[in-house]
Amino acid sequence: MEIAFVLNGAPLRTDTAPTRTLLDWLREERALTGTKEGCNEGDCGACTVIVTGPDGTPRALNACILFLPQLHGKAVRTVEGIAGPDDALHPVQQAMVEHHGSQCGFCTPGFVVAMAASHAQGRIDHADQLAGNLCRCTGYAPILRAARAAETAPVPAWVAEDAAAAHDHARDDPRSFFLPEISSGGRGCAARGADGPPPTAPDAALPEDSDTLAAWYEAHPDATLIAGATDVGLWVTKQLRDLAPVAFLHRCRDLARIEVRETEVRIGATATLADLHEAMAALHPSFAELIRRYGSVQVRNAATVGGNIANGSPIGDSPPALIALGATLHLRKGDTRRALPLEEFFLGYGRQDRRPGEFVEAVSFPRQADDLACYKLSKRFDQDISAVCGCFNVTVEGGTIVRVRIAFGGMAATPKRARAVEAALQGRPWQAATVEVAMARFADDFEPIDDMRASACYRLRAAQNMLARLYAERSGVRTAILEIAP
Amino acid sequence: MTAARPLPHDAALRHVTGEARYVDDIPVPQGTLHLAFGLSEIAAGRWTELDLDAVRAAPGVVAVLTAADLPGHNDVSPAPTFHEETLCSGDIHYAGQPLFLVVAESHLAARKAARLARVTVQEAEPVLTIEEALARDWRFEDGPRVYGRGDPEAAIAGAAHLIEGSIEIGGQEHFYLEGQAALALPQEGGDMVVHASSQHPTEIQHKVAEALGVPMHAVRVEVRRMGGGFGGKESQGNALACACAVAARLTGRPCKMRYDRDDDFVITGKRHDFRIDYRAGVDAEGRILGIVFEQFCRCGWSMDLSLPVADRAMLHADNAYWLPAVRIVSHRLRTNTQSATAFRGFGGPQGMLGIERVMDHVAHALGRDPLEVRRINFYGARAEGAEGGEPPVGPSRAAPPRSISAKMMGEEGAAADPHLDLTSRGAAEAVAPQAAPRREVPGWTTPYGQVVEDFTLHDMVARVVESSDYRARRAALAEWNAAEPVLKRGIALTPVKFGISFTLTHLNQAGALVHVYTDGSIHMNHGGTEMGQGLFQKVAQVAADRFGVQVERVKITATDTGKVPNTSATAASSGSDLNGMAVKAACDEIRGRLATFVAERQQADPASVRFEGGRVHVGAESYPFEEVARDAWMARISLSATGFYRTPKVEWDRIGGQGRPFYYFAYGVAVTEAAIDTLTGENRLLRADLLHDCGTSLNPALDIGQIEGGYVQGAGWLTMEELVWDARGRLRTHAPSTYKIPACSDAPPVFNVALWDGRNREETIYRSKAVGEPPLMLGISALMALSDAVAACGGPGAPYPALDAPATPERVLAAVERVRSA
Repeated sequence: MEIAFVLNGAPLRTDTAPTRTLLDWLREERALTGTKEGCNEGDCGACTVIVTGPDGTPRALNACILFLPQLHGKAVRTVEGIAGPDDALHPVQQAMVEHHGSQCGFCTPGFVVAMAASHAQGRIDHADQLAGNLCRCTGYAPILRAARAAETAPVPAWVAEDAAAAHDHARDDPRSFFLPEISSGGRGCAARGADGPPPTAPDAALPEDSDTLAAWYEAHPDATLIAGATDVGLWVTKQLRDLAPVAFLHRCRDLARIEVRETEVRIGATATLADLHEAMAALHPSFAELIRRYGSVQVRNAATVGGNIANGSPIGDSPPALIALGATLHLRKGDTRRALPLEEFFLGYGRQDRRPGEFVEAVSFPRQADDLACYKLSKRFDQDISAVCGCFNVTVEGGTIVRVRIAFGGMAATPKRARAVEAALQGRPWQAATVEVAMARFADDFEPIDDMRASACYRLRAAQNMLARLYAERSGVRTAILEIAP
Repeated sequence: MTAARPLPHDAALRHVTGEARYVDDIPVPQGTLHLAFGLSEIAAGRWTELDLDAVRAAPGVVAVLTAADLPGHNDVSPAPTFHEETLCSGDIHYAGQPLFLVVAESHLAARKAARLARVTVQEAEPVLTIEEALARDWRFEDGPRVYGRGDPEAAIAGAAHLIEGSIEIGGQEHFYLEGQAALALPQEGGDMVVHASSQHPTEIQHKVAEALGVPMHAVRVEVRRMGGGFGGKESQGNALACACAVAARLTGRPCKMRYDRDDDFVITGKRHDFRIDYRAGVDAEGRILGIVFEQFCRCGWSMDLSLPVADRAMLHADNAYWLPAVRIVSHRLRTNTQSATAFRGFGGPQGMLGIERVMDHVAHALGRDPLEVRRINFYGARAEGAEGGEPPVGPSRAAPPRSISAKMMGEEGAAADPHLDLTSRGAAEAVAPQAAPRREVPGWTTPYGQVVEDFTLHDMVARVVESSDYRARRAALAEWNAAEPVLKRGIALTPVKFGISFTLTHLNQAGALVHVYTDGSIHMNHGGTEMGQGLFQKVAQVAADRFGVQVERVKITATDTGKVPNTSATAASSGSDLNGMAVKAACDEIRGRLATFVAERQQADPASVRFEGGRVHVGAESYPFEEVARDAWMARISLSATGFYRTPKVEWDRIGGQGRPFYYFAYGVAVTEAAIDTLTGENRLLRADLLHDCGTSLNPALDIGQIEGGYVQGAGWLTMEELVWDARGRLRTHAPSTYKIPACSDAPPVFNVALWDGRNREETIYRSKAVGEPPLMLGISALMALSDAVAACGGPGAPYPALDAPATPERVLAAVERVRSA
């Protein structure tokens, strides 16, 4: 399919196989070998690039699991393009040299690009911003010193130029860099709409809105929908699958909205985890903290809430929290819509209540006072898949537990509610004895498995102790290890 | 002086701009082919049929090779006495073993095709664990190796306390950010040029020559840099280079191979995992009177470098402590898993962790501060002259020069085989022991008979105790732990004493090649490889210093077997020690010629000529360096020289466990504070204070980089990095999604690093000390701090935490529950 984007300031068009990754394309077609392949699965950040979309925010993304069509209409910066026009080093590049932030240098381009994105956004939470970049040589200390040193340096002019380029395209500005007709996908698909002629590349669609998507998907129910590609990307790079036909959802802006209404919060399917993080900060800070540890900046900038639900993974981190919040899932097939409690969507391992041609449109949950506590347990705090993810929505009024919803990831073949535990708490006094009784009920709810992340026995024990932690936390006992100051 | 300046890494600018080229970044000629291995999915047994029709028919496939198609030796082992097949001819030894080789038009096409084979196998029951290997007595060498002195059993029997236990120590994946890669470019007349991401270009050359059936002179190997090595590219790159060379020979086209990350995990070796059992007899204060270690080392399926790794583990069983009566028993066990291989520290960290566990255990059992127990056991603590006294140093005895060939085993025709690869550390078994007379200075002599001559740890520990505020913080932690029911904190100080030299004595040699051009620019080459440690810059600083010029005048060039031959691996922390001296020798040769030349012109004494500030000074006159170079050339004086160095004093009998394997020791001290969550076992490092001895640092910035990075890598090994195999021997942690190395937030938020302001008592390059490996072992303090935090969960009389490594949340929680259950 033919797509257009801006690469390091230069507009270009290219004809690409739909699942060609940006990383391979940069290295093999453009000889831009500064962007490195470290893992080819979005876990090391050596391939980090900056992508600026219509909102003008320069975001770090992993090029290894970014398909070229996802760039359509955006501006891309690689390490070769982040210096100023006079070839002066970017402030983070300069700081990395001065602070000895590189040793073997292989992770360095990815770090530098991630730092440039974070710098452009004025972020100073460096360890979080760089959680998606692994370095095996330095122990990170000099990299963090470099990031701090560059904080106040001016942002290079290209940041604004990329924003303008992407913005112009989104506005259909006649000066836009790639207004010339594109024969397939992209704008053509939207213009034709559901009733228009089929795209000339029948195995790949780039719909502009959810109505177009719904019609196309109903007609191609065996297609793979690609939103952020943080999971689907690995089907290509690791499982080496051919995915056809495919539809890319990122241009369906109407699917990406997060609406905080008076009575409910509605999260569009293609809202990213980064968007969700922002939205949850005020409403449910513990959920936001969970998302802070979900993947990395690069992953959260791509991964979508809908994808995290629709892939049905037993270890996705957003479903347990959403289930605990009483979320409803909104599905659409053609023009037919239905809604169901989120927990009912997950039928079994790899099986969801989703019909051919039906897609996740949104997830919503009622506005409520914040009683949510989310606990993510993994071998590494940042960017690690949960061994256990426990989310507790427990409301205590007058010493009595009046509402309780508890859901877990990593404890069963699906994200799952702890109904026996809930029953042992509901209506009971909020006290140690109640908690102790309830802890024993986890074994009724869950039969976890042994795997490389944890043993079954430990999972069960940790899940029980998460309830003990909730009780301790609400009793004023210090429980947050990440908050201990050295 | 240019040496000792904190200059940035030589390629820092190229790193940050993305210009630095790694193997996969080298522009390749049109028609270059790409390779992928087809891998065994079973861990043991044999294949009976390889149906490769679908592989051959896959899009883009040019050729598919099996063991039968290989023109030369089907062997990539670095151990001359062990056969390690490039492609499996029948017997399968581990899940991930290469069975066949796909040659295709693209990397992706090769990977895709490699999965299409239909392999018929007879699966056998794999041997996976230490216990299973012991039960089958499946091991390398005919039995356990034993070093020691005195009668430890009698000493233990007579001691006030017996401390015994066992520690399990997990392995570690290198996770170099750049995966294994090689590129072979066929030349005229059957010659081959190979670019490899390798710490050992000479071995690549040797193995490729064997694979092609050509002399070594027909193969030239070039290594500009690696994207990390850590030992993982000492022997593990042989297979890719040989595959590329063979495919290039057969197709006549350039061939490139890089492992996808998952393949890299599954195919290549890792750090050896160990179990160490210990029994120690101690007096009332915790002084060790007698101790027995039994080290069980899981070597994987191939011998690789396991013998010297296991030797080094034995050689570090003492760490910084005098063990008056000691026996160290080492079992080198064979299993149907990836061949464990070199990894920063090379067995030293595991051996050292054994004795540090003992110190921690003794302190717990006796209710004493672990720091005090460590101190009273230090070398010299019980010697004449009391704590911190200087060791009695006898006259240094340089080992007499000897012929390398004389060391080869005469029997079984080994010496007669010109292909015997003696440049590998895996050659340990092929080299006859050297006689090494025993010296014994009570309180100062290691279990293997080397006297510790410059033990600086008494002073270093004192300084860190002060700078880290150890005592006050220990007291504050006790208060915290008394008050907090859920979160506990711990602190620990551990020392490092690490032996510097290849234990295979003949590897302690290096060569260099230096040219001065008529414009005064300098071309420098040596046998060491750059993997991020900053070797090239350090050595360039040496060269610049010898000529008295700015380092910018020195061109750092790729390691090349055509320029400096017969090199040792860049390993054993030896890079700058060996190559710095070799470069110095080459520079001094040219400098001597220039000095003689200008002195003659001025009728001065050559010894009075100085090279400083870019000029050559003679008498009252001085000339620009480039003018002297040009004039010397006009006078027909050679401006090119080789340099050579061999480490003095070392001699070692690895069978008898006696001698001086190490030229000197490098020291370090770490204090780590950690916190644990007693409900989940989650844990975190809060602060680290490191003091490390680099002698007179060649480049303090680069050295501090090695220390910070080594500490975090060592802490990662002992905390979050966990390798998990399933019951069929398949590695389940084969990507960064499942194998977690430390991330940014895992570095301790307070991270103080300082260099000890000493100088090497031995005549090393500018009196510096090697720094590559030793700081990794500073990470042991992280595990001990976690152990301390776990111990804080127990009341009086609670059992010792006996925290194994890696201390994942799961292991920490188990230890907490063990301590609390009593």
